Amino acid sequence: MNKSQLIEALAEEGNIPLREASPITDTILGAMVEALASGDSIEIRGFGSFVVKEYDAYTGRNPKTGASIKVPPKKLPFFKVGKDLKEKINK
Amino acid sequence: MNDANLTRKDLARAINEKLGFSKQSAGELVDHVFDSMKSRLLEEEAIKLVQFGTFNIRKKNARVGRNPRTGDTMEICRRSMVSFKPSKGLRERINS
Repeated sequence: MNKSQLIEALAEEGNIPLREASPITDTILGAMVEALASGDSIEIRGFGSFVVKEYDAYTGRNPKTGASIKVPPKKLPFFKVGKDLKEKINK
Repeated sequence: MNDANLTRKDLARAINEKLGFSKQSAGELVDHVFDSMKSRLLEEEAIKLVQFGTFNIRKKNARVGRNPRTGDTMEICRRSMVSFKPSKGLRERINS
């Protein structure tokens, strides 16, 4: 499923035209990106949660050449699937 | 660290304020979006949202694991899990 299919599904489920479903989807995804960009977490009950983890800088190695490289500190978002969805997926 | 947490309520408020849907229908629309995503995942279909990231269903084989507290070995049965890979754009936004 891609974004336009998600918009179609929303239009059908919510009984609204596509031109309304599209900005709704963008508003939701935009707000989620903004939240993570400011370091906030996201918690959608029944679906899952996202948290941003921070990593310190470290010296890594290129596994192919063995050359060591400095990896700068970074932040990465993590998704934890909700309990309900996790159980349903395993049925 | 930051304690702020974005929830369904905040997403509904954004739709209410930006697009003028009533608070109640905004909440229902948020539910429809996540319900649609859930039902696709339950059909083992991946979801690719370019501005956000990709959700995939990954199958894990059964393996022998250990209870880290007691050290007892135990069988971990085969299972499926949802993995999320953030898009390049999202990773860049978070680090900028």
